Amino acid sequence: MDVEILSRLQFAFTIAFHYIYPPLSIGLGVALVVFEGMYLRTKDKHWEQLTRFWIRIFALIFGIGVATGIVMEFEFGTNWAAYSRYVGDIFGSALAAEGVFAFALESTFLGVLLFGWNKVSPRVHFFSTVMVTLGSMFSAIWIVVANSWQQTPAGFKVVGEGMTARAEITDFWAMVFNPSSVDRIMHVWIGAFLAGTFLVLSVHAYYILKDRFVEQSKKAFGVILVIATISALAQLVSGHGSANGVAVNQPAKLASFEGHYDSLAVADMYLFGWVDDATQKVTGVKVPKGLTFLIHQDFTTPVIGLNAFDKNDRPGLVNFVFQTYHLMIAIGMFLIGLTLLSLFLWWRGKLFNQRWLMILFSFSVLLPQIGNQVGWYSAEVGRQPWVVYGLLRTSDALSENVRAEQVLFSLILFTLLYAILFALFIYLLNKKIQHGLDFSGTETSKHEKNIKL
Amino acid sequence: METFLTIELGTWMFLVIGAVFSGYAILDGFDLGAGTIHLFLKKEESRRIALNAIGPVWDGNEVWLVIGGGTLFAGFPKVYATLLSSFYIPFILFLVLLILRAIAIEFRSKEPMLWWRKLWDIVYSFSSTMIGFTLGVVLGNVVLGIAIDENMIYKGGLLDIFNPYALLTGLTVVALFALHGSVYLVMKTKDRLSDRLVNISKTAGMFFTICYVLLSIATLVYVPHAAEDFKETPILFGIPVVTLLLLLNERWLIEKKKYWLAFLSSATLTALLLVTIAIGLFPNILISNIDSAYSLTIDNSAASQKSLGIILTFVLIGAPLVLLYTLFLFRTFKGKVELDDMSY
Repeated sequence: MDVEILSRLQFAFTIAFHYIYPPLSIGLGVALVVFEGMYLRTKDKHWEQLTRFWIRIFALIFGIGVATGIVMEFEFGTNWAAYSRYVGDIFGSALAAEGVFAFALESTFLGVLLFGWNKVSPRVHFFSTVMVTLGSMFSAIWIVVANSWQQTPAGFKVVGEGMTARAEITDFWAMVFNPSSVDRIMHVWIGAFLAGTFLVLSVHAYYILKDRFVEQSKKAFGVILVIATISALAQLVSGHGSANGVAVNQPAKLASFEGHYDSLAVADMYLFGWVDDATQKVTGVKVPKGLTFLIHQDFTTPVIGLNAFDKNDRPGLVNFVFQTYHLMIAIGMFLIGLTLLSLFLWWRGKLFNQRWLMILFSFSVLLPQIGNQVGWYSAEVGRQPWVVYGLLRTSDALSENVRAEQVLFSLILFTLLYAILFALFIYLLNKKIQHGLDFSGTETSKHEKNIKL
Repeated sequence: METFLTIELGTWMFLVIGAVFSGYAILDGFDLGAGTIHLFLKKEESRRIALNAIGPVWDGNEVWLVIGGGTLFAGFPKVYATLLSSFYIPFILFLVLLILRAIAIEFRSKEPMLWWRKLWDIVYSFSSTMIGFTLGVVLGNVVLGIAIDENMIYKGGLLDIFNPYALLTGLTVVALFALHGSVYLVMKTKDRLSDRLVNISKTAGMFFTICYVLLSIATLVYVPHAAEDFKETPILFGIPVVTLLLLLNERWLIEKKKYWLAFLSSATLTALLLVTIAIGLFPNILISNIDSAYSLTIDNSAASQKSLGIILTFVLIGAPLVLLYTLFLFRTFKGKVELDDMSY
């Protein structure tokens, strides 16, 4: 295999693995703020137990997120040197802003969040929890800004030619608020809320099934279910906004989403299907003219198709983009149905008796995770063959001196390492969940004394 | 060229990045060093105390690496790209070691079995040591200059990276961190453990002194551009003298049980080592040993003036905040380590 394929595989693998964790941290951070806030308001022991239990899980997840995140920051330089020289002016400043404004905030207050329960007053601890959560959300802003600039570059000019060509900032705010930034930040945030809330729902549904910590679990489930429902609904709105943006800014990607080739035709919207790139045919169940309606609010306007682009200027893996995009949407729709139904049953006081629903929730943690992953796959593969849309090709972005066997070596190393890391993560997560919310036997903390005073 | 307080923005950026990496070396240096000497602590409780002494801060310390990487990428994209791709294998190993170390710290105390803890102790100590060593090797090569051509493409092989000079720099960094880390642990512990650590810090101090003297001689012999700097500006000979004085001073402060000041001494030593290197390089950043015309300098590798201005503004706003968080964190956890139910 050549350097390009290997480097792309390595980047895809390391970023996909990394992306399991930050959304969980963001979503779980929101849950922690809610739990600890309730504890401070009500002084109810159950909320304290919930807070302390979820802090332990949060520590595990955050730690892996940081460790795998540092890899990403340096991989641009190791594997994509030409890219780094080309975009450094812009991409680098977003990364620097992330480090200075977001990452420093979250990592420092994390120390207090994890180790400060007995050291600082409850209010200062709560403040730290809020800061960690805000910090992780700020991180997401800058990272998504950097990626959005690759999708819809703005606020720059190209200087130089050939080997020395590079993009320079002309307008910082135009770069930050490039056409896709805001839509995509919202989409990523809400995806993160879903990832975190469904982890909480899943664990507490499991406890309810096992008849352990039932009272605490019902409290946690109710309040988090409300957040999950709002997020699931909001994701539909945000997703629609994002797709409209793609239609305007990256028509080749949008056409790949639906396997639409002919620019003179109105475009259908598929519920599911299979794209044959050779015959340019899609087989599946569709809403006729659905895409045209969503984009243009009528049934007659054609949508730009893949054939409007040279074969070298459009994504090669159309079916892959189609499948990942549709899987994301299917999961999103399913989550809306699931949360609305559960909210209704909760209101009627019947939710926790539905054994099948609790079993479904126990496994539901996987759904937002898969949704987040495949959503990104379709966004990134759909941008190909460009690494910076319309400006720099992925094949021109590599490190010139790095050879295939070196990348193969590092790819194998990362695969082994992440396999161990993932096994340990699952093992410890399970252990913490099995241990449960009961931390009695530990000494009465200064924290509790403070609360009582 | 735009200027701020009469100094060009590129030079400011060079100073800022130097300061961030010095901050990283001082902060992560002590927790890496604590890892290096970890296996010399024999009792389980001692090891747990040592681990919990760095527990709340090691993650915050690594932030400085992230900020350093980000500002280098933004401020000198060509240096960032050339440095990381030239040292592909060392940097990949560095990243792998960072993850291994994080795994070891997080997972060691999660199971009570002896074999489990011993295994992770070894991984923790090995990775901490090798992280410092790898950084030292890269630093040694930066001082020597590397084989980059007119297109900023590395022409050397993997073995060129592991030359004797770079290996010696690696050892020096490991010794320095071990000294710095053991003094930090002395400060954070009490009674017999603290006494034990005082002894370890003596050994580390001796080890560092030997490495440092050898490295200074090697620099004068093998690094012609550095030797030239010293000939032109004899006052630079003051640097090794100050270094050795600081070492003596640190020893004396430990004897006097003024551990906080001793810790500051080794922090200053760390900063001084990097400052020396930065002075030697300026105004180059990556020296080409194929032809000095191919070297990456502040002028030819900096981001656009506009971008430099933006990043420096970030730093101006962000640096006080980061310092404030760091002080807050260290204040919260000041004093001797006590184990509780949230400990590692």
